Amino acid sequence: MADLAIAPPKRLDVRGLVVQAVFLTLVVIVVVSAVTSARTNLDAMGLSSGFAFLDRATGWSYSFSLLERTIDDSYRWTLFIGFLNTLFLGVVSIILATILGFAVGTARDATNLATQSAAAIFIQTFRNIPLILQLVFWYAVLIHMPGPRQALSVMDALFLSNRGLMLPGLNVSAAAGTGLVAFAILAAIVLARWPGLSFIKKCLLWLAATVASCVVVALALSPEGESALSLPALKGLRFRGGVNVPIELVAMVVAITLYGAAYIAEVVRGGLQEVPRGLIEAGRALGLHEGLIWLKIKMPMALRTIVPPLGNQWVFLMKATTIGVAIGFSDLFMIVSTSITQSGQTLELIGILMAVFLLINFTLAQLINLLNARLRLKGH
Amino acid sequence: MAEASLAPPAVDRGPLAWARRRLFSSWLDGLVTLGFGAFVLWVFFEALDWAVLGAVWSLEDKELCAPGGGACWSVIEARGRLILFGLYPFEQHWRSTLACLVIVLTMGLSCVPRFWGVRRLPLLWLAGFGGFMLLMYGGVFGLSVVTTEQWGGLSLTVLIFASVVVIGMPLSVLLALARRSDMPVIRGVAGGIIDVVRSLPLLTILFAAAVVVPFVVPDWAQGDKLVRVILAFAVFFACYQAEIIRAGLQAIPPGQEEAAMALGMKYWRRVIDILLPQAFRSSLPATINQFVITFKETSIVTIIGFFEIMASGNAAVGTGDWAGQFIEVYVFVGAIYFCFVFGLSRYGAYLERRARLGQA
Repeated sequence: MADLAIAPPKRLDVRGLVVQAVFLTLVVIVVVSAVTSARTNLDAMGLSSGFAFLDRATGWSYSFSLLERTIDDSYRWTLFIGFLNTLFLGVVSIILATILGFAVGTARDATNLATQSAAAIFIQTFRNIPLILQLVFWYAVLIHMPGPRQALSVMDALFLSNRGLMLPGLNVSAAAGTGLVAFAILAAIVLARWPGLSFIKKCLLWLAATVASCVVVALALSPEGESALSLPALKGLRFRGGVNVPIELVAMVVAITLYGAAYIAEVVRGGLQEVPRGLIEAGRALGLHEGLIWLKIKMPMALRTIVPPLGNQWVFLMKATTIGVAIGFSDLFMIVSTSITQSGQTLELIGILMAVFLLINFTLAQLINLLNARLRLKGH
Repeated sequence: MAEASLAPPAVDRGPLAWARRRLFSSWLDGLVTLGFGAFVLWVFFEALDWAVLGAVWSLEDKELCAPGGGACWSVIEARGRLILFGLYPFEQHWRSTLACLVIVLTMGLSCVPRFWGVRRLPLLWLAGFGGFMLLMYGGVFGLSVVTTEQWGGLSLTVLIFASVVVIGMPLSVLLALARRSDMPVIRGVAGGIIDVVRSLPLLTILFAAAVVVPFVVPDWAQGDKLVRVILAFAVFFACYQAEIIRAGLQAIPPGQEEAAMALGMKYWRRVIDILLPQAFRSSLPATINQFVITFKETSIVTIIGFFEIMASGNAAVGTGDWAGQFIEVYVFVGAIYFCFVFGLSRYGAYLERRARLGQA
């Protein structure tokens, strides 16, 4: 802590050293006793510790997976699928929540009273009710949807029923689809590092590149004699074709997106209010359109206040994916807790769960730091 | 807008000018106003129609409930007790109600600035928790014993929230002070605990408390599952709150502590009389926000098998009879959460106004 500038030269702080030594001894005692106690308890129950169980087959099934799976998969593979599900759900929800949050936050900051009140109602509703309650609500709504025969449809391409959401997809193999996703991510990284382009132009370029690659791949790789697009269509009691998003995933994405958007909207509003009035008035004096003022003056200034708390929200949303277990979405937490009941390897599995979350959130924090560093005003 | 004029801008007052500025500043703005206004009104009247005008209110009229019709509040009459009290014995529900009121009253009283003191607040909470335990657990004055496994509903939610905050607050102060300590060992351990806990989801920590602790703690120190989960939740809360208090401590000008040192004040005197009052004042908005988040997060204990209001609401629609009335039940439970959370955030806004007046 702050030492006085004219303090006499510091003597060896004996009391401080003793306090620290006692504290350290206490910590060591607690840790050692926990480990020995775990040993004796595990021995008493006849459980073997260690990570050998990872190669055993699980023998149980679960609700959702992005990859091929069978019930003979090893614990290692099943846990990896859970990790992918968590990551996928987290990333999709974060992206949607951020877009919606920016829109609602901007509306909350508008001068127009009606826009402002609509945004305020949205924020207060979704912020003040627990996420898990919202999640079971949306899940219940989806379960009580009509069956595939009476599904809600949008232009006969998109169907919502109690079997899930059916989306039109590309008529290509899974490998080609993965390649397309990889290409889109790669394009985003390359464009982000490209110098001398405005953000809007980068976004448009990325969109164009992604759509073009999808069209080319779909036309080149779709099976002979079939259309490049695979549209869902009712065949008997179920849908054929297209991409099926199970209701658990739909409920998770909807709940996390709405809840996250309400929080992000408040962050965005806070950032927009920090922008000095003089800058906005200067923009008006230059004859800039309100949209341009938002894009060129308000947002660039506001982003510097928005990004740090926005990063916290992202980490929060990532952690929020764990409540998927409440409706049976097989995220990492659910896979781990099922593995615990099935295999009994409690300590190892909890250790894996915590390590993975530390890893995900540490990576996310680094990403936000990077974003922060890029946004910092030059010369500050 | 950009007309060159030397006259000062005209000041427009009155309702018409206001409406022009806020509702119809341009033709596009006018369209947006009409569109959003119509939408908000439509949602409002649909909700009114569903919840009040077209609703079925009593259990006798249950047959009138039809899918697609108005709200069927009969479900609340039929299952309200289950939602509010969980598995608590039916004849003893008055005890659960009183216990809940005791905690809510204690929370209300500790919101009054007159009770803010190093001695008054702990005494108040001791009395509050004492009263709660007496009523809920019983065993004295002829009250029958009700074990914690039977506790549930709103009083369990309120108990978890209150004990997490009451245990977590002092813990958070200790963690924040430890993280700012001169001693590297203490600083390092506190920093490590805070950073690790903050990057883990609450659910994993509660799950670990419920499942892992029996492995690593000797039998005599395990305690009730509810106690373990509350303690783990309190540690989680404390790690977030510690960072908020640390920010408050950092905002205090160093001259304050130097002046206290120059007056010969000892460490704990300085902390209690100089640092903490100022740190608490500047971190109040963030603290209230943390309370709000914590109240909502109490619903997560549902997953590890506690029967608080969220779980009992789920149970109320879990059986065949009322499965179709899930919207009514979730709206009812959501409204209860909303009242608490919205009340808390209004209180936070009041405190902020009060603090600003104090500074002016």
